[in-house]
Amino acid sequence: MVYVMEKEEYIKLYYQMVLIRHLEERAAELYQQGKIGGFLHLYIGQEAVSTGLISARKPQDRIITAYRDHGVAINAGIPPRQVVAELLGKATGISKGRGGSMHMADVTKNYWGGHAIVGTHLPIAAGLALGDLYQHTNGVTICMFGDGATNIGYFHEALNLSKVWNLPILWACENNQYGMGTAVDRASAVIEIRQKAEGYQIPNERIDGMNVLTVREAALAYLDLIRSGKGPHFLEIVTYRYRGHSMGDPERYRKAEEIKKWKENDPIGIYQHYLSDNQIAQQDELDDVETQVKADILDAVEFAESSPEPAPETLFDNVYVD
Amino acid sequence: MREAISQALWEEMDRDERVFILGEEVGVWGGTYAVTKGFYDHFGAERVRDTPISEAAIVGAAIGAALTGLRPVAELMTINFAFSAMEHIVNESAKLHYMFGGQFILPMVVRTVSGGGRQLGATHSQTPDAVFAHFPGLKVVSPGTPEDAKGLLKACIRSDDPVLYIEHATLYQARGEVSEGDYTIPIGVSKIQRSGKDVTLITYSKMLELSIKAAEKLAVDGIEVEIVDLRTLRPLDMGPVVESFKKTNRAVIVEEGWRSYGVGAEVATRLYEEAFDYVDSPIKRVAQKEVPLPYNRALEQLALPQVEDIVQAVKEVM
Repeated sequence: MVYVMEKEEYIKLYYQMVLIRHLEERAAELYQQGKIGGFLHLYIGQEAVSTGLISARKPQDRIITAYRDHGVAINAGIPPRQVVAELLGKATGISKGRGGSMHMADVTKNYWGGHAIVGTHLPIAAGLALGDLYQHTNGVTICMFGDGATNIGYFHEALNLSKVWNLPILWACENNQYGMGTAVDRASAVIEIRQKAEGYQIPNERIDGMNVLTVREAALAYLDLIRSGKGPHFLEIVTYRYRGHSMGDPERYRKAEEIKKWKENDPIGIYQHYLSDNQIAQQDELDDVETQVKADILDAVEFAESSPEPAPETLFDNVYVD
Repeated sequence: MREAISQALWEEMDRDERVFILGEEVGVWGGTYAVTKGFYDHFGAERVRDTPISEAAIVGAAIGAALTGLRPVAELMTINFAFSAMEHIVNESAKLHYMFGGQFILPMVVRTVSGGGRQLGATHSQTPDAVFAHFPGLKVVSPGTPEDAKGLLKACIRSDDPVLYIEHATLYQARGEVSEGDYTIPIGVSKIQRSGKDVTLITYSKMLELSIKAAEKLAVDGIEVEIVDLRTLRPLDMGPVVESFKKTNRAVIVEEGWRSYGVGAEVATRLYEEAFDYVDSPIKRVAQKEVPLPYNRALEQLALPQVEDIVQAVKEVM
């Protein structure tokens, strides 16, 4: 089945990917200026993955991911202002300055974080899906995680449970080739991560994560199946991060040529060609998108920098509800 | 006590469709401590969910389901298995509400069972309650009477915060009156379980039973013991403890877990901080001896706190 979009939707995907790329580049600068603390994991190179996945969801579908979450947050619909403000630890950040880079969520957008301990959000994702099954919401949970997370016990407990309970969940593995600095073939007994889903009889597919439309179409097809009661499905989405695991990664584990080779397969470049070749958008329209992105980033950074710090008297807010 | 806990669960499930149970052997088996006996037949497989032996998945799934507005009651067969779900109990459930700026609400209860004394060996007999009480964001409740067990569990299920509700393996047979009708007992409120003027015994859960026996023995010698039952370890209600101590000026803290870094350490320090001027005698602790609990019956009992240890400690502070 071929899924066709309106022109605005095609442009929207381009906008999202360019926005994420620019936002991450700006975040790296802000980090180097000492304005962002803690860890900073950039999503550059992987933009097509969450852009494709999230473009396929319906409003009742939940998103949950790991710590490389800024791009996912943007795709889930959090305004860049609140993302950058959170990076700067400001009161106006999406998590009110309590979460930082790794912990962004927006419940109103059905985006459930931003979880920093590898693999721990997979059982939680199973619970989100259980909630939808129990309440007959017809929603599907899209759970994103890295290749590294498939080596920890939580992954296996969660996949098993999802199959035993026939949960409405799409397991979406972003295989970016490395868990921190350890290559997949040095850390995982199987190099094709999707094979791990076989062990739980979960239907699965390994797809190109550098092509946003490939990701989108695979997600649409699986979401339809899951929504119709067919239980959990698994996508291994092969991608690559251009930057280090986090800021300050000496990158001794890979060669410059490898990065260069992947950059020739750039998700934004591929999509740009697709839009031109199929005469969906002219170059000047794409340039306009880039201009818009730059303005939006400028606005977001200005907003974040001029936002107040959280007030000291709010330190104890939200430890408990009751 | 078993019946009181069971009643609380049943009544809450009856009252609120959002409440459901998940855990190992909670359904077809009826619960390894028989707390959920009959639930599966009455409420069905959707609301009484048997799980694989996957503690992290049990607590993780409870967190996720709670985030969608349900009110899960997860059962971990014993607290010793809670270590396999430690990440989800202390590093997720305790933090999600705060860390996302108040957006996440997790109305979930994890029921589990602490305590030694059944010759189950070192890995199956621990009382690590204080470990869990260390983490802000989590509430830790551990009742010592059937009345409190029922009222507190109902309050926990109705609470919008994650709660670890710790039962005791050898208290299920404990007998006691339970109030009529639908009642709750607030989380985070300590209670005077016995009045006296000479010394304050501070305790909770199984050790309440032993403390009452010790108090009865001491009464024969003319020593009137006041017993404060903490009932909740976090948030800790020191009000009745301090008030009692200001009257008696003497205190013994009795817990089943190990002495080091324990409940006694916390309560004693707070008494020194909050009521130093009232101290007439060094505050004493009665706790488990610092060994992994042995299997041999006599050795196990030697390591666990006994009524005589409490009596002795009280005499030492007099």
